[in-house]
This record gives sequence, structure tokens and C-alpha cells, in this order.
Amino acid sequence: MSRSYEDIPLTPISDTPSTMNMTGLWRVFRPVVDLDKCKKCTLCWKFCPDAAIVLVDGKPKIDLRYCKGCGICANECLAECIIMVKEEAE
Amino acid sequence: MSPVTIPEVEHAYPGSTGCPGCGANLVMRYLLKGLGERTILTIPACCWAVMPGYWPSHCLKVPMVYCAFEATGASLSGMRAALDMKGVEDVTVVGFAGDGGTVDIGLQALSGAAERETDALYVMYDNEAYMNTGIQRSGATPWGAWTATTPVGPSRDYKREPKKDIMSIMEAHGIPYAATVSVAHPEDFVKKAKKAKDVRGFKFIHALSPCPPGWKMNPMKTVEVARLAVDTNVFPLYEIENGRVRITKKGKGLPIKDYLSIQRRFGHLTEEEVKRMQESVDSSFKALEQREAREG
Repeated sequence: MSRSYEDIPLTPISDTPSTMNMTGLWRVFRPVVDLDKCKKCTLCWKFCPDAAIVLVDGKPKIDLRYCKGCGICANECLAECIIMVKEEAE
Repeated sequence: MSPVTIPEVEHAYPGSTGCPGCGANLVMRYLLKGLGERTILTIPACCWAVMPGYWPSHCLKVPMVYCAFEATGASLSGMRAALDMKGVEDVTVVGFAGDGGTVDIGLQALSGAAERETDALYVMYDNEAYMNTGIQRSGATPWGAWTATTPVGPSRDYKREPKKDIMSIMEAHGIPYAATVSVAHPEDFVKKAKKAKDVRGFKFIHALSPCPPGWKMNPMKTVEVARLAVDTNVFPLYEIENGRVRITKKGKGLPIKDYLSIQRRFGHLTEEEVKRMQESVDSSFKALEQREAREG
């Protein structure tokens, strides 16, 4: 017996990119990059769990809408050019 | 020249609901960089069942199916069979499960899929406990660790049983490819994922996935602790290809104390107990090295 997809019961399907989740709101510590000290090692980009860092000419640009402030970039940076600063209530 | 050493293309959007500093997010990121976009995932109950985001949002750019906790192996065999019926050959079917869903609850379905020689890849991201439900002990929790169900307290009820050796269990199935990977060595990770993709038959990857809340450590230490696991030989990086072992990344041989001391889940251990762990790690790493020398 051949059945079509129309016979399958209704199933919830996700159809929206997760970019609607502003996970940057969770952040307690904010990464601050001193671009002058950056040696373009790209380790911050490589180890960001949330893919919230893009490279612009080899240097990091952190998307604060999604950065959760874990601090892995600051911990791994060879040039120590990223520091974590506590977020303050606005 | 750009020093970027892994593929730049991302197969996931930002905005996943994983914890800050989550190792499992990195496991997925590197895995998909290795496998590419022609991939279908099946994921059982585990951290990654909630991490893609709130419905209707989703952070992966590749298709993904949720399956029952114990059914990852059965699910991936079914997906492979459906693709074969449709004549789709260039898609990699991946089962992506946590340690509980692999070594405890999903073991029989996994064993069945390996025995059927399903052409698929099974990835176990190992955070060493049931982290999603609140850090309960699993078969993959190491000896000596605190968890919610092995509380330390005055009676010191830390876990007294050793970690289940899933790599040996999978090897005993005679599968063509099995490997261990670490989030601290993405180049090695991506290389092994690419290799697994091209092998026909059942493939298994064991990824160590540090969990800041469950391991009781600062989230910024995720990659550092994964690197120390390799450097202290707690989690050696190797691959087993058609029964032959090859260590792919030599650790520095640091004392295990360096690895344990950043994680508060091991904070209660006495020097005597740390020494016991060191002896156990040394003997299993020596056995691995001897085996490599014998087979190499």
C-alpha cells in the first residue's frame, strides 16, 4: 500500500531561524576587545560556542545580540586583548 | 594569509539556548563543519533536544528529527533505509546523543544499528552525567565525581564506579571506524568527522563535551579543561580504523591534578584518591600506547 505524506499525522516543525532568540540578554559579563592589540590569531572565532563572533579582516567582531558572555574568547586569546566587563543595569 | 584552520562556513545560527560556555555547542559546530550541509541528524532526549531553541525557532541549518530517548540507533537505521529507497546517496545520517542516551538508555538500539552495519555516523557528546535534567550520574560519569545523585556531604557518597568504556564496547562490534575527539582540538575533530563521512558502514565518534554547570567550573574554562583532559591523558585522542589503533594527538603528560583542580565536582577528593585516579589513568594510557606500538 502506498501512502503519501498527507496520511502522516500532523507534526510540529520548526521553521524560523534561532536568530529570533536574543540570547545576549542573558549576559552578565561583556567581552571588550582592544583591536589595536589583536594579533589576528582567530582563536576567539574558533572557540566561540555560539558562533557570535565574525571575522572582519582577521579581527573579531562580537555580535552582542547573541553573545552569552561565557568568556571563552577572553580565556583563549593569545594576545590577551579581550577583557570581560560586568554588565550594568541601564 | 588567514590563520583560519577549520572551515569558515557555519551550519548553525546564533541564538541557541545552550548554557553560556557549553561544550556541546562546540561539538555540533565542529561536527557540521566536517560533515557539510548534506547531513540529517536524529537527536534523542538530551541537552541538544532543548538547545536548538524555543519552537518555532531552530538554530541548525540542516534537517533534524527528534526521536525517543532509547531509539537513536533504530531511528538512524530507519532514516538510512528511507534515503536508500529514495536513491539519495550523498546524505550523511547522524545520530547525535548525549552520554546517558548512549551508554545507558540508548545502548541496545546503538548496538543493533552497529550490528546491522547501518551506513551512518553516531556521535556521543559526553558531558559525563544527565546534565539536562539536573546533573544525575550516568554510566559515563567518572569515578570520584560529585553529581546530584552521588552527593558528597559528610558521608562522601561520590561516584564509586568507573566510567563505562564505550569505545571498547563499540570496537567489539567490529565497526570500521571509531574515534575520540575534543573541543580543544577542532582541526583534529574536523579531520575525523570528514574521515568518518567517507567510510562505508557504522561509524562512532566519542566527543568530550565539558559542561560548566555540571562540572562546577567557570564557563570561560570550557576549552581549557578539554585541552587539559587531553594533556593529562584522561581523554586521549585516538582513532580505531579497521581494528588498528592510532593516537592522533599526543598529550603533554601533565599530572591529573591540573585537570581535576579546575572542576569543583572533584573538589572533595583527598590526595590519596587523586593518586589512585592518576594510577588508573597511567595504566590505561600505557595500555593504549602499547597497543598502538604493536599494531603500528
